[in-house]
Amino acid sequence: MSDIRAQFALQRDSFFLDAGFEAPASGVTALFGPSGSGKTTLLRCIAGLERAAGSLHVNGETWQDDTDFMPVHKRPLGYVFQEASLFPHLSVRANLEYGYKRIAPAARKVQPEQVVEWLGLARLVGRNDPSQLSGGERQRVAIGRALLTSPRILLMDEPLSALDTTSKQEILPYLEALHRELDIPVLYVSHALDEVARLADHLVLLEKGRVIASGALQQTLARLDLPTAHFDDAGTVIEAAVAQHDEKYHLSRLDFPGGQLWVGRVEQPFGTVVRARVMARDVSIATQAPQGSSINNILNARIEEIRDEGPDKVIVRMRVGDAHTLLSRITRRSRDHLGLKDGMFVCAQVKSVALM
Amino acid sequence: MSPLDPNDLQAVWLTLKLASVTTCLLLLIATPLAWWLAHSHRWYKGIVSALVALPLVLPPTVLGFYLLLLMGPQGVVGELTQAMDIGTLPFTFAGLVIGSVLFSLPFAVQPIQNAFESIGKRPLEVAATLRANAWDRFLSVALPLARPGFLTAIILAFAHTVGEFGVVLMLGGNMDGETRVLSVAIYSHVEAMEYGPAHLLAGGMVLFSFIVLLGLYLAGGKLARVTK
Repeated sequence: MSDIRAQFALQRDSFFLDAGFEAPASGVTALFGPSGSGKTTLLRCIAGLERAAGSLHVNGETWQDDTDFMPVHKRPLGYVFQEASLFPHLSVRANLEYGYKRIAPAARKVQPEQVVEWLGLARLVGRNDPSQLSGGERQRVAIGRALLTSPRILLMDEPLSALDTTSKQEILPYLEALHRELDIPVLYVSHALDEVARLADHLVLLEKGRVIASGALQQTLARLDLPTAHFDDAGTVIEAAVAQHDEKYHLSRLDFPGGQLWVGRVEQPFGTVVRARVMARDVSIATQAPQGSSINNILNARIEEIRDEGPDKVIVRMRVGDAHTLLSRITRRSRDHLGLKDGMFVCAQVKSVALM
Repeated sequence: MSPLDPNDLQAVWLTLKLASVTTCLLLLIATPLAWWLAHSHRWYKGIVSALVALPLVLPPTVLGFYLLLLMGPQGVVGELTQAMDIGTLPFTFAGLVIGSVLFSLPFAVQPIQNAFESIGKRPLEVAATLRANAWDRFLSVALPLARPGFLTAIILAFAHTVGEFGVVLMLGGNMDGETRVLSVAIYSHVEAMEYGPAHLLAGGMVLFSFIVLLGLYLAGGKLARVTK
């Protein structure tokens, strides 16, 4: 059974956590919610850093139930804290190898040289004083340190939130590479929708200490009954393959079942699957294929659901092909003028696509 | 100026021995106590803290007086030691050690406790997620990070024991080679109007104390720079 099943109840002062979820033990599962929703507490319960009542099963192995509680140091996990928390009295290399030295040699599936290469640590590994490193460098060392325990699951508590934008941009590619190259399931706590859209495959949504939804990223982001659909940066994610490059206009075509998207030139070989994020505010709707439009991407879609959003706006969910959805935020006036209804076939005009 | 007689040299030696034994014992006692005080949330933690700090405010004679009663032939500890065939502890080196340990306890506990508290929970949590068990976490993370606190505790406990007078006088008296420490020797010389040896011993103490404190501040500054 390769999945994670967690159920916890914890009372702390005025805060109450009563959260349970199931997630596949592969890919990245985001624990997403506003601050104070209990996502970090939930992650700490999974690590065993908080002792909550409940149960936790990882890949069929019991880490906690009514009778047993596996102590933190016996759980085969890696934990990346919000601040890198490198040991100040140890060199960068000693920090990296702290956990590595503490696992049985036979269990060492990840080697220091590999981690140094993956995370670009070659220039840092010889440094003696970790406090001299930049925020992004420190966090990379912390990620490497966690990976070197050859964890069966990696827990990350907003690893980017303490970093400035530059450091964030510096780390994100490494996280994506991790996602591609390492077969370690990741639980990723975040309150930033763009991070989640970029990294996650599965989404667990928390609110006031409870799990309000859990499911595959693309389907969950498209659910209009959830708060995520009503954020200013609400949108869906489309995974599409690089299919064609247009040298003249410096564009690339991405294909997915049900349509294609033209985007700015992608420097990746044909067939590479990339993630495109389409925001609800960047999608408009026409009932007929528009003539003479500057918009490159016009997709055939079918309306699935329309929901009111405030006094003047509605949000529309449309299906494109079999597997993909788009959200569009339009005015109530447009909905009535166009007579938009569930089940109608329309043209979705995508003004911009963010590649991730 | 008359030179120091062999008894004075013995007093110097005895003082250093007492301070060394006391400091070693204090480290063994104060470390777990400081750890508990730094991490416990029990209701009686305040009471324990106050008890540990008591020697800071009590006159040493008060502490010495009660220890004398406790360890004397009619005291609870005295009866116990007599039953164990050790005899009574007052006026012995062992008795002095017990008195010194209690007297200097706050000087050892507080710097270590402060050091443990300033480490916080995070480094220990990190170590736990990196497979270190409780004992390993203590040795590989808490101890090295609390090093400045330990250094302060060692120096303060040692120096404070060297300088103690009241407890020793109440508990140990003035026996050559057994309980006659430096401060008592100075007192005896002055009583006997022997100002020469008193000067030598007292001046030596001033110099010693100054060097210890200087070393403490230099080491403290250096450590602060390293850990910054």
